[in-house]
Amino acid sequence: MEHYTMNLTLKVWKQKNQNTRGHFETYQVKDISSEMSFLEMFDVLNERLIEENREPIAFDHDCREGICGMCSMYINGRPHGPWHGTTTCQLHMRAFKDGDTIVVEPWRANAFPVIKDLMVDRGAFDRIIQAGGYISVNTGSAADANAIPVEKEKADQAFTAAACIGCGACVAACKNSSAMLFVSAKVAQLALLPQGAPEKKSRVLDMIDQMDKEGFGSCTMTGACEAVCPKEISVDNIARLNEQYLSAVLTIDK
Amino acid sequence: MLDSKVPAGPVERKWNDYKGHVKLVNPANKRKLEVIVVGTGLAGASAAATLAELGYRVKAFCFQDSPRRAHSIAAQGGINAAKNYQNDGDSVFRLFYDTLKGGDYRSREANTYRLAEVSANIIDQCVAQGVPFAREYGGLLDNRSFGGVQVKRTFYAAGQTGQQLLLGAYQALERQVALGNVTMYARHEMQDLVIIDGKARGIICRNLITGELERFFGHAVLLCSGGYGNVFYLSTNAMGCNVTAAWKAHKKGAYFANPCYTQIHPTCIPVTGDHQSKLTLMSESLRNDGRIWVPKNQNETRKANDIPEEERDYYLERRYPAFGNLVPRDVASRAAKERCDAGYGVGTTKQAVYLDFRYNLINKYGRAEASRHGIENPDTETLVRLGKEVVKEKYGNLFDMYERITGENPYEVPMRIYPAVHYTMGGLWVDYELMTSIQGLYALGECNFSDHGANRLGASALMQGLADGYFVIPYTIGNYLANEISVKPVPTTHEAFEAAEKAVSDRMNHLMNIKGKQSVETFHKRLGKIMWEKCGMARNEAGLKEGIEEIRALRKEFWNDLKIPGEIKEMNPELDKANRVADFMELGELMCIDALNRTESCGCHFREESQTADGEALRIDDQFQHVSAWEFKGDDNWELHKEHLEFELAKPTQRNYK
Repeated sequence: MEHYTMNLTLKVWKQKNQNTRGHFETYQVKDISSEMSFLEMFDVLNERLIEENREPIAFDHDCREGICGMCSMYINGRPHGPWHGTTTCQLHMRAFKDGDTIVVEPWRANAFPVIKDLMVDRGAFDRIIQAGGYISVNTGSAADANAIPVEKEKADQAFTAAACIGCGACVAACKNSSAMLFVSAKVAQLALLPQGAPEKKSRVLDMIDQMDKEGFGSCTMTGACEAVCPKEISVDNIARLNEQYLSAVLTIDK
Repeated sequence: MLDSKVPAGPVERKWNDYKGHVKLVNPANKRKLEVIVVGTGLAGASAAATLAELGYRVKAFCFQDSPRRAHSIAAQGGINAAKNYQNDGDSVFRLFYDTLKGGDYRSREANTYRLAEVSANIIDQCVAQGVPFAREYGGLLDNRSFGGVQVKRTFYAAGQTGQQLLLGAYQALERQVALGNVTMYARHEMQDLVIIDGKARGIICRNLITGELERFFGHAVLLCSGGYGNVFYLSTNAMGCNVTAAWKAHKKGAYFANPCYTQIHPTCIPVTGDHQSKLTLMSESLRNDGRIWVPKNQNETRKANDIPEEERDYYLERRYPAFGNLVPRDVASRAAKERCDAGYGVGTTKQAVYLDFRYNLINKYGRAEASRHGIENPDTETLVRLGKEVVKEKYGNLFDMYERITGENPYEVPMRIYPAVHYTMGGLWVDYELMTSIQGLYALGECNFSDHGANRLGASALMQGLADGYFVIPYTIGNYLANEISVKPVPTTHEAFEAAEKAVSDRMNHLMNIKGKQSVETFHKRLGKIMWEKCGMARNEAGLKEGIEEIRALRKEFWNDLKIPGEIKEMNPELDKANRVADFMELGELMCIDALNRTESCGCHFREESQTADGEALRIDDQFQHVSAWEFKGDDNWELHKEHLEFELAKPTQRNYK
């Protein structure tokens, strides 16, 4: 792979806090190596801004290996940028060429208010999990791990759903800002496993209820969420959720 | 005097006897007791959830935007447990023995035994929570093997075991939040510990969104804040990982044990340039199928695939014929450094070796597949094609990650890898009950020092974090809190809270008012370079002494020339970083002092003065069979306390992997 350097124009969303109007600010960055990660390019820019006594750009990031779900940039109209199945932190500058203009925005959704610049508050996701995204089992009361065999195919599907990193790209990509892919991944994971069966009705109803309360929109199955999900979570999980939801609504004893 | 409070009696019975006699707190009294948990990784989330289930009032804190993001999430390979589901001879004793030996006989025997004992319960608990471990076709749990061990005892969920375990603990935690038993404070970072009458009674936090300082009371405080690998700047840790919570406790009286024990993981993607912000691990499991080599010629310029077989040096297989590419992490890392230092390194920086899958791809997987498909005398091309499919199934996500980062296709060319800082075995000194040398202050998970000695085995970090949180602290904390039931919550207007908050506020003002020329990042990089060169994979007396002087000089410069933009009372990531780096500067010095003091080599701590004729680590048991616990006595001043290590069940021997 040939290494090269590039000069770029960045248009980045700047917003002081939740109550202030934001705007795009334009920056020129020079001599960016094709070996850098996208966030390292931001590191370089921020170091320069500090040197010039200007305010650095605030953005969320932590593990920088694509698993913590903290990074959340909307790059050129696509959550996490141009590479398929990749988080912002794993996107590398090889994806761009000399002279490119790159537009970077925060996730935009009513349920994810902007905290500062490119940082948003995703507390709504935690509250949806609090509503029922768990199995109610206290420590110490578990039976032997092999007491209940689980069909391998089901276990594998549960794992694939559980791979969700809670980044919120699905919400950012959705024209309705729906959180259905996120919610369905957790509902499906726990519904596929026998351990999750006792609470399956209340879980799906409570989680959907909380999702609505948080201000996420409805799902119209356009599949934009799946297309941008860095962990390639499938919309099949939304079908599983719908099945769970329908059956719960019709049969739950209130 | 250090009292480890290890219970009397045979090692195998200590924990059971302890549990049978430990003091209890009745449910009505638990509701009156408040517990602070700092950090929400495996140790913190499991402890917070479990203590809340028991009835304690819990306040949990993390600096990330959600407890689900703690760096436990990034653990790849798996979690050990002595289940013996494979019927291959595993037992509590074997897991205990492997862990103790892997740690080069520098851990506390009773703690390590307890870890092995509770390991099986962890798997039961996680399965009940819905953690989707890998399974076999019969529906039962699958296991894989890991370095330095002869049984298959590692439970896993693809290359994302840490993620799945953490989400299990996170969900248990969120359930308790919903029930009102835990109050969760995200984007809050602990800045100081509050001590009243010699007991830990609270913490001061910075609200990372508003920049305000906030005070919190607790009858006890649990530090579950992880390791300090980021003192090296470049490591496999997340960007935010830091030592601040533990360091503040240390400066208030908690001893810091074995700070020089740092694990350098042999297989990470090498540094490409000065812009590099972190390093990425390639799982230890890859060494099962990869062969590590360098060219036989120094300063080789040909591409890897153009170098003929007879001009390749498979140095691990050459030096360690018995274990070959599967020697423990510390041994593999030192061997790679030795080759690169001698001028045999590869890549543009010459600081890398090859990890090559072609041999097994063709001979192991390609031939097996060919035979399965009934292909006779297959040509190399066919073997490569067939082998590739198998390798993809086993390691596909890791290969993809490698390609994203380097732009090279590891199916076609060997990976370039180099050792990187990964885990810290040292940490706050704790007794058998996980209490530090401050009453009512506990340390769990990577934050403490006790279970892994001088080198941690693969798949044991997850085990320890969850053991401490789910199964140890819920018992041991009762022994302390039983005596606290009549203590009323102290109002945070108490003078001790006032004083602690003022000290934090003064320091922040000091940092902001330096108004120098250099950014935090510049200082952190320079500190990391000193640590890596002087207190990294190999250490010697002269280098460590230089390191100490260089760190002191750098610290002085830091406090005179640091530049932080923005204000205190607002979101200010640069100020947060400066706070952390200021503490790393002090820790770095203590690490060098500890490494200088321990003139033996053990596990990952390699003193060049103490090696065998063929360059292996040489322990000196009669002088160093102890834990070095350092007490802070003022700037640049520490007093050493020693905890002698007793071994009843497993007598120390020299490790040999030849």
